[in-house]
Amino acid sequence: MEIRGNIMSIIEFRNVTKYYPNYHHIKGGIKWFLFNLPSALSQLKNHRFQVLNNLSFEIKEGEPFGIIGKNGAGKSTMLGLIAGVLKPSSGEVIVKKKVVPLLELGAGFHPDLTGRENIILNGVLLGIRRSEMMLRINSVIEFSELGQFIDQPVRTYSSGMLTRLGFSVAVHTDPEILLIDEILAVGDLYFQQKCKETIKKFSQKGTTIVLVTHSTEDMRDVCKRALWLDSGTAKKIGSPEEISQAYLKYLGFS
Amino acid sequence: MNIWYDQLIELTKKELRARYKTYFFGYFWSVANPLVLALTFYFALKMVMKIQIEDYPLFLISGLFPWQWVANSLSGSANIFINNVSLIKKLNFRRELIPLSMILNDLFHFCVSIPIILLFSLHYGKPVSFSLIFLPVVIVSQFMIVYGLSLAISSINLFFRDLERIVTIILTILFYTTPVLYPHTYLPENYSYVIYFNPMSPVIILYHQLFLEGFVQMKFLFLSFCYGVVILSIGYYIYNSLKWKFAEIL
Ligand SMILES: Nc1ncnc2c1ncn2[C@@H]1O[C@H](COP(=O)(O)OP(=O)(O)OP(=O)(O)O)[C@@H](O)[C@H]1O
Ligand SMILES: [Mg+2]
Repeated sequence: MEIRGNIMSIIEFRNVTKYYPNYHHIKGGIKWFLFNLPSALSQLKNHRFQVLNNLSFEIKEGEPFGIIGKNGAGKSTMLGLIAGVLKPSSGEVIVKKKVVPLLELGAGFHPDLTGRENIILNGVLLGIRRSEMMLRINSVIEFSELGQFIDQPVRTYSSGMLTRLGFSVAVHTDPEILLIDEILAVGDLYFQQKCKETIKKFSQKGTTIVLVTHSTEDMRDVCKRALWLDSGTAKKIGSPEEISQAYLKYLGFS
Repeated sequence: MNIWYDQLIELTKKELRARYKTYFFGYFWSVANPLVLALTFYFALKMVMKIQIEDYPLFLISGLFPWQWVANSLSGSANIFINNVSLIKKLNFRRELIPLSMILNDLFHFCVSIPIILLFSLHYGKPVSFSLIFLPVVIVSQFMIVYGLSLAISSINLFFRDLERIVTIILTILFYTTPVLYPHTYLPENYSYVIYFNPMSPVIILYHQLFLEGFVQMKFLFLSFCYGVVILSIGYYIYNSLKWKFAEIL
């Protein structure tokens, strides 16, 4: 492990480039693909979409880090790379911890299972032993405050309820890194407040927080450092105040 | 290492719940389905077509029960990753556990239906033979073949979404060209070699031999095991080279 300035970096992007190929060409099916082989192959090669371009930065252990940028800038892609769900096209993403819950809209639940069953499944897939999850399940249910809905299939949940459940499970998995993608926006005011307080509490305990948000206010509230993502690169990295000022100015506010 | 075990158990339970709603129905359908099939074929082939095969009902179910496993697992494979999109896009775990959990489910249902085959076996006066100790080897070979094919189908189907239809057609062809309804010895002399090219044939022949004749031919045991190893390796290779794209294509 590298040590810089006495604080270890926990997440590191080294010259990360990410392309999304235009798979919908081959989604036409095997028949389409075989009958149009030459054009299909060339489309596969040329029609790819670049999201991140040679991006390098690092996040220090325990540092609450914010990412901001306009729609489609590639913020969720960055979190996917950190969570290990996506792989960079070139470059390296180094994450030095194992349990990395990714909190996005529509969390990783199976629609046909009840909330209770999903808590166990989700926890186990995040890497917590089943026996351990069984001990924590009541605490998760209590935190989510979903009441009797916990025994309903999650396909009947509203997006706010899903987010509550996802957040509740994640904070019960001893996360060393918490990746949070805009979920503060869907909770009701009460739960937003609860989330923010919990996030701050975790941050104080040393959990590394990566927060993607469109709210410069939340970012200033939670984060110590921030990155402004634009055209696939870090346009600016600095304190949340600096970043939000620059970003708002760029957008034409203030 | 141990956490995979927990993950596999939870995914398997989930699969069972998602498919059958209750555990009892899982068992019920896995037995009722091939029994009804067997009855239908008995009517068409024995009563109408007057086919001359000894102990035909026993012959039918000892081939149809394991075939049910193959058919269920392979037809379920095409969409297995698509059905689990919410898990794949958000959670970083070994995705091969998803098709594995489905196949273990079908394997479990097959295993609990084996006593029914044995009951038929006893009813037709077949001695419970020493060669049944090879049953686990046959099951392992079949498992490797099914899992290998399932990994390949489920991964490729994400990129070519019409694979599902092709699988349905191939399953039908495979069903009638594998000696499930007829003994492999009925094949015309100059075509008899084709059974060696069908990976499912040795397995089904072995089940017939185990439950009807009380012996197994080592060449089929060897062949089915080799097919298992080769197909599983190819399937895993395909899965492994495509798995990184799952989250971005779904
Ligand atoms: N699976 C995918 N296949 C192809 N293109 C994709 C895929 N996922 C994202 N993209 C594209 O990559 C770009 C970045 O997407 P991403 O979701 O990372 O943006 P974002 O910064 O999170 O945006 P938002 O603020 O709206 O959430 C978008 O232009 C999107 O169209
Ligand atoms: Mg996003």
